[in-house]
Amino acid sequence: MATQLIDQFAKNLAADTQAAVYDGSKKGHEKRTKLLFDTYADPNRLRELAGEIKQHVIENLDTFLPAVEAKLQSNGVKVHWASSAEDACAAVLGIMQARGDKKIVKSKTMVSEEIELEHYLDKHGIETLETDLGEFIVQIDHDHPSHIVKPIIHKNRREIAKSFEREGLGAYNDDPETITRRARQFLRHKYLAADVALTGANFVSVESGRMVIVTNEGNSRFCLAGTKCHIALIGIEKLVPHDRDLGLLLNLLGRSATAQQLTVYTEFISGPKSAGQPDGPEEMHVVFVDNGRTDVLASECKEILRCIRCGACLNVCPVYRQASGHAYRSVYPGPVGAVLSPLLAGKKFPELADLPKASSLCGACNEVCPVNIPIPDLLLRLREKGKREGAKLAAAGTPPMGAWSLLASQPAAWKTALFGGKIINYLPTKWLPIPPLRAWEAKRTLPEWKGGEFRSWFRNRKVGAVAPNRPDRKPESKEGR
Amino acid sequence: MNLAHRQLPGADKRVQLMATCLCDAFYADVARATVEVLEHLGCQVEFPEGQTCCGQPAFNGGDWPASRRVVRHTVKTFAGDLPVIVPSGSCAAMMFHGALLEFEKEPDLPEVQQLAHRTWELADFIVNALGVKTWPGKFDATIALHRACHTRGTKTCDSAVALLTSIPGIKLVTVGEVEQCCGFGGTFSVSFPNVSASMGELKLEHIRAAKPDLLVSPDMSCMMHLGGLAEKEGHPIKIQHVAQVLRDALKNAGLL
Repeated sequence: MATQLIDQFAKNLAADTQAAVYDGSKKGHEKRTKLLFDTYADPNRLRELAGEIKQHVIENLDTFLPAVEAKLQSNGVKVHWASSAEDACAAVLGIMQARGDKKIVKSKTMVSEEIELEHYLDKHGIETLETDLGEFIVQIDHDHPSHIVKPIIHKNRREIAKSFEREGLGAYNDDPETITRRARQFLRHKYLAADVALTGANFVSVESGRMVIVTNEGNSRFCLAGTKCHIALIGIEKLVPHDRDLGLLLNLLGRSATAQQLTVYTEFISGPKSAGQPDGPEEMHVVFVDNGRTDVLASECKEILRCIRCGACLNVCPVYRQASGHAYRSVYPGPVGAVLSPLLAGKKFPELADLPKASSLCGACNEVCPVNIPIPDLLLRLREKGKREGAKLAAAGTPPMGAWSLLASQPAAWKTALFGGKIINYLPTKWLPIPPLRAWEAKRTLPEWKGGEFRSWFRNRKVGAVAPNRPDRKPESKEGR
Repeated sequence: MNLAHRQLPGADKRVQLMATCLCDAFYADVARATVEVLEHLGCQVEFPEGQTCCGQPAFNGGDWPASRRVVRHTVKTFAGDLPVIVPSGSCAAMMFHGALLEFEKEPDLPEVQQLAHRTWELADFIVNALGVKTWPGKFDATIALHRACHTRGTKTCDSAVALLTSIPGIKLVTVGEVEQCCGFGGTFSVSFPNVSASMGELKLEHIRAAKPDLLVSPDMSCMMHLGGLAEKEGHPIKIQHVAQVLRDALKNAGLL
């Protein structure tokens, strides 16, 4: 019987990589849970509230987006709208070309991965340098992030030390502090030589036009301190109505993402450098990126747009832990990615239609989500879409359900099958033309078939001598409760 | 999770039993124990003979038209206004949550909602509908309770813990990483055999580390997977449903 691509990927994953992903995500989840429950009496109420705020945002983007544009403009920010990945890349290139600039230092942004910005800019002669340590390592290895918060969760320090040695960043040394120090020394000069800082944003307040960027390395501050122009790539769903909403969302983001009360750096940026400010970018651009988000908004899975990219659902997900982020073949892995990636794929949905199958529907992702996204429900909706549209990748390994549903809606046939099923107690299952049964038995034994035994007992037992279902039937109970 | 399933039983405590296809086919004694436990509590248990399955396999598989056919059959079979008791957190959740998703745009959604409103998982029903918070009898065992995933967000596990810990002789042990799934997941277990089995192995490791005499769950599907894995590798573990422990506790003390 065919199995799913992600299962095959997990099976073939190097033991080292699997161990790194498993340990990293498990520890992340455990620390997150401890901190959240140590701080708050009822974190679940906070998650629900945050979910309501973000749901309010996505339901009202038609008014919030023009409002935030006006606010940003009055703060001196130039606003660009990009409906596709190409538009977003072109907008960034346009800004660079208009300024005659060639060098970008960037802090971590998943949107830039999504639109494959670095590759695009490289083709047009623009150099982009990642300054987040994890992303820097991804960049020198020509790799892809495998986690939305910890991009190199799949690597161990020995691999990183080898990469640094190869790139001429010093002799082999796998001491994490040494690795960090070497990256820092290398990057310091690059900040000063760069023309433009490119960042994402975690939130933008509609009320004030303030954008919030959180980091733990302070690299986005370095990016902004040394350059004359700031470009922020921001998904259109990143808004919050008021500054006061940030109190709740930032508290949940830091705890959910990295088990921190607050990330080490939380920047509030209101616009380009003002007259009295000693440094900072003189020019500031916001590129609002749609790239399929309005289609998601129009779908039955719009709740996924609440996501604040904390990665808690990846950390807790037993499938992610086994398979790693690269198994998902897309920028967004794990439970959130299994919903978001196929949706953002648009017409290429069939190529990622198997992602929603990569879940036992255990619901742990919903339980940890800081904005309470009903991820299992959304996975189910996408499974339905995959089946309805006949996506081949989604179908692999799922037994056809037509015959079963006929059986299960005809009681007489059902009872016959219950009786007839006893055959599996006597025949080796390899003789039976039932692939799911064989697939089951490859890993597990099957319990003894007792089809219909309960029904006989219920009909024939002592109290059952009175016709079943008679309301006046007195049960045999000795204990009146 | 839709938790509108709160219809209380009437004074005569008549209830309908949805035995689930797994008990119908494999775990006859779990269905029997459910009846015995409910009758001990003074309930009059009816078993609609036409029942088959809750429709979950096709629902999870994405074949919603096939699933809806089965749900419609179940709605018809359990017509009326009695509480419907299910000895499975997963099938119960299908009936009070999942079915509503796939009927969102169907004209007969109200009938599905009506059944959802009456559907209870067994332990939740005992504690929160009947108000029974402690359990008599005797049961000498160290028990690990597996928190079946589809009971998340419901009162099932808290109810099961309350009942089990009140039984003289039972010691409940803590199992590591309780939030982690056992790896069953219905057809997931056969379309993701490697991930599913690895998840099960991790779960078994945690369970064995707690050294229980018995693994107990409000859902037999998880038990079928974990029990089957353990047996396949030659180190079987003893598994039981919450209903069987409650029933045996009564028997052990001569109360049944």
